Amino acid sequence: MDLIISLVINGLATGMLIFLLAAGLTLIFGLMDVLNFAHGGLFVWGAYTGVFTYTLTESFLIGIVAAILTGMILGFLMEKLIITPVYGNHVQQILITLGSMLVLQEMIKVAFGPNAIPVSVPDYLAGSWELGEVILIKYRLFIIIVGLIVFGIFHYILTRTKIGLIVRAGVMNKEMVQALGINIKKVFLFVFMTGAALAAIGGMLMAPYSGSIYAEMGMEFAILGFIVVVIGGMGSFSGSLFAAVLVGLAGSFMAYYVPSLSLAVNMILMAIVLIFRPQGLFKMAKG
Amino acid sequence: MEPIIRTKNLSIQFGGHKAVDRVNFEMPEKHFKSIIGPNGAGKTTFFNLLSGELKPTEGDVFFRGHSLAKKSSVDRTRMGLGRSFQITNVFPSLTVLENVRLAVQSKEKVRFQFLKHYLHYKKITAEAIAILDQVLLSNKQDAVASQLSHGEKRKLEIAMLLALDTEVLLLDEPTAGMSLEEVPAILEVIRQIKARGDKTILLIEHKMDMILDLSDSIMVLFNGKLLADGTPTEIMNNETVQNAYLGGLYDGELVETS
Repeated sequence: MDLIISLVINGLATGMLIFLLAAGLTLIFGLMDVLNFAHGGLFVWGAYTGVFTYTLTESFLIGIVAAILTGMILGFLMEKLIITPVYGNHVQQILITLGSMLVLQEMIKVAFGPNAIPVSVPDYLAGSWELGEVILIKYRLFIIIVGLIVFGIFHYILTRTKIGLIVRAGVMNKEMVQALGINIKKVFLFVFMTGAALAAIGGMLMAPYSGSIYAEMGMEFAILGFIVVVIGGMGSFSGSLFAAVLVGLAGSFMAYYVPSLSLAVNMILMAIVLIFRPQGLFKMAKG
Repeated sequence: MEPIIRTKNLSIQFGGHKAVDRVNFEMPEKHFKSIIGPNGAGKTTFFNLLSGELKPTEGDVFFRGHSLAKKSSVDRTRMGLGRSFQITNVFPSLTVLENVRLAVQSKEKVRFQFLKHYLHYKKITAEAIAILDQVLLSNKQDAVASQLSHGEKRKLEIAMLLALDTEVLLLDEPTAGMSLEEVPAILEVIRQIKARGDKTILLIEHKMDMILDLSDSIMVLFNGKLLADGTPTEIMNNETVQNAYLGGLYDGELVETS
């Protein structure tokens, strides 16, 4: 039983990290119809600038704030300079965002050096609680809680605010939103910056979790993000949480019980979803 | 009085086909004009030219004397020229209330208010409910739009158009595809909008009884050309129109006029 609980917590924590990455990805795709292959670059930049600030100030919290700011600034620049010229053209989007991904990744090596940087969990989040047989690692619980808070905040924004209503309507039918006279370009920028900030938070939280950061981690994690977007349904925010948790749990259990399958399990999950429900588990009806 | 909307030699050509051919028309404020004409006469194309969905190949549209040549459809909506959609075009997974609220709030600029003002938000919701009352749809406000009947969806479209609060309403066949039982409700909705007297309304419709009941004036399009424009009585007594359209309609076939 204690083993199962550990595996569940482990899976949930990984799932939340993937969710932070996938949430932005799915909204950007759903609303703006943009496939952003550079999303992993935002993740890794969040991790590096966050850790850099964390090391400098010795405050994990300020590190997270730095990661968010980095995400928003990079998101702003990317939307304005790179994404705006290629709206509506998928091939160009793939080429330029994939190129941006490589540039962002290599720039990390230029700025912070090519070697992996070790990161430790802040003191107050280090260690674990023991409940009888079960060992609860504090930092993993922390990640789960942050993930749930982020989900709660964005769920609130999406369902209870004006801009959220525009985003949800835009995912369904952005032409109609424009026909109503709403300046959806501004909303695009907001969503892109928010998505970038979420990815950056994910990167920063990932850092102490995996113990070290390296430039290629963005690319590796972005693939999981894409799998989650496909499973959850492109454009579905709740779907991305569900799918991320599913992928996290599947990875966690497989790694323990069938290690040889642990890398393939995500692909298998995605294949099953694509065969039986190609629109994803939570896909909304398009207008 | 200066016409609120006016066209000058408005034309559009698709290949060799002139879908709208040098139409000159104007209408004063708070006027109710219907556009009739057989299928393919260019009525919807004419609407698309007014709303900016299509760009004219010749001529121009004027709104309160200002040329709309360089204005997008979004600009035109902002200026006060609102168009309903012929194709049922609401947001399927949003509730009825959310659909209307989106239209209500679209009058405002997009601002990044993450923490919205609670009272203001309430005001938008109240306004949306009031509009749903007007179109007799408030009993369905929490239903998801995709589950509405066809007639209810058309009502929702009108509600969204009303929520935009434009001075001019372009209504493109609001009863199209409706069952006979649903038509009177829409008619009543339009009649009430007219009765409030603050809108200029341009209506495309096939149902003559409805047109004669509502219109201050009627214009007839035929093969893209403006055939006649006048009061309902004038139009009904106009021989060319009778030959071209009314007669043809009731006989079930069109009679070409020379």
